[in-house]
Amino acid sequence: MSDLIPMLVAKYNYWLYIVLMMIGLYAMIAKNNLIKKLVGMNIFQTSIILFYVSIGCKKGAGIPIIQHGLNTGHHAVDLSQYVNPLPHVLMLTAIVVSVSTFGVALALAIKIYQKYKTLEEDEILARLRPR
Amino acid sequence: MIWQLDLAILTLVIFTAIAAISVKDLLSCAILFGAYSFLMCLLWAIMAAVDVAFTEASVGAGVSTVFFVAAVFHTTRRTRD
Amino acid sequence: MKAAGLIIVLLTGGLLLYATQDFPPWGAPDSPASTHVSPRYLQKAMEETAVPNVVTAILADYRGFDTMFETTVIFCAGIGCFLLLRIFRQKPEDRYYRHIATEITLHIKGGKIPEKSREFERIDTLWTPYDLIIKTMCRILVPFIQLFALYVIAHGHHSPGGGFQGGVILGASIILLAISHNMRTAIARISERIDNLLMAVGVFIYAGIGAVCVILGARFLDYGNLSVVLFVDKIMARSHGIFGVEIGVGITVMAVMISIYNNLASAGKQDEGL
Repeated sequence: MSDLIPMLVAKYNYWLYIVLMMIGLYAMIAKNNLIKKLVGMNIFQTSIILFYVSIGCKKGAGIPIIQHGLNTGHHAVDLSQYVNPLPHVLMLTAIVVSVSTFGVALALAIKIYQKYKTLEEDEILARLRPR
Repeated sequence: MIWQLDLAILTLVIFTAIAAISVKDLLSCAILFGAYSFLMCLLWAIMAAVDVAFTEASVGAGVSTVFFVAAVFHTTRRTRD
Repeated sequence: MKAAGLIIVLLTGGLLLYATQDFPPWGAPDSPASTHVSPRYLQKAMEETAVPNVVTAILADYRGFDTMFETTVIFCAGIGCFLLLRIFRQKPEDRYYRHIATEITLHIKGGKIPEKSREFERIDTLWTPYDLIIKTMCRILVPFIQLFALYVIAHGHHSPGGGFQGGVILGASIILLAISHNMRTAIARISERIDNLLMAVGVFIYAGIGAVCVILGARFLDYGNLSVVLFVDKIMARSHGIFGVEIGVGITVMAVMISIYNNLASAGKQDEGL
């Protein structure tokens, strides 16, 4: 137990990302309103993107744009000066996919509202059940 | 990569996320969602992920909030929980 | 439901928290994510593609297939919103119009839409009053926003940005026009047909550049062989290939943002909304 506190202090950022993920998961499962579920899904997605981007970080490193002068030729790149760019690339695609999903899901919500006149999940289920 | 700033903004992010799923008015939910996206963009800018921060600022705090408000106008604004 | 949700969340959270004790400490330069492929990308990006922004180089050249299918996903989302919401044959209903100068209200029956003019505005359930300051300021701002968006697309090689971000800002400028003025003003600028065509043109440009590379004898999306067509050396051909691909992504993203906003804000009717 005595090494729990140093471990907590060293990995506090991972614990906070997991708290954010669980907030999003809870909203997706337990909320009744369809749009609240959507917001929960988006919180979940952005928290996972945050986790991925954070594992590419390096202490004391700068942005991954290589400093170069005009016509100086190629010299060796100091790797510890640049942040790892590969998670950034993958997460750009993830953000794009998340906004596309959000747009289509809002269109579905409008259609559901036009048919059932409500956005609460239990009322929709009650209307769907055969009498 | 200043860890104090990172911790402060991460705490604000968690508060905004809890608030966004707890309010009973969907328009307030949309605005809090925009604020959450903006704070995420700040977090990524601190971690030197500038392309991701640029994309999140334009997509999350820009266009996504507009889609949300447009959809709320065509459905209902109140929610029971 | 809430109790079940709480139990699931606590269980999953506990499992994930238990798994974090194996994670590398934050910011270590020798973590497993930074040691296999990405050192090679960081070192060789400048001398193989002449693009200093390593994220753009990886996105459009080393991992070009991912970006092509990401563009296709955005295109499918635009088509999906269009198919879900668009109503082509509408029931004719009464409309109310108001003359701005004299504040006389007209009640038009039978569903005929009058010609668009500056003197009449439509009153419906979502009506907001005519506001001169917002209209004028947004009309002044829109060209500068578009100029900035074109700058972001063109300077993706040297500064953060690229095709996707510039495309979103371009789409946002037209959405600003639709919010501040009428939606019919924005549709008069970029009509629905041109918008749907532009959605497909962007993906076509991306796949077309790949197909040109295949025609010239290399693999799909291998930009080095474009040097035959562009009369530059192989490294600059890769840089120009990245730029062409970013233009395709930007066009598709702009068209999709405009299309999704038009369909969402008018619930498919695309006459006047918000």
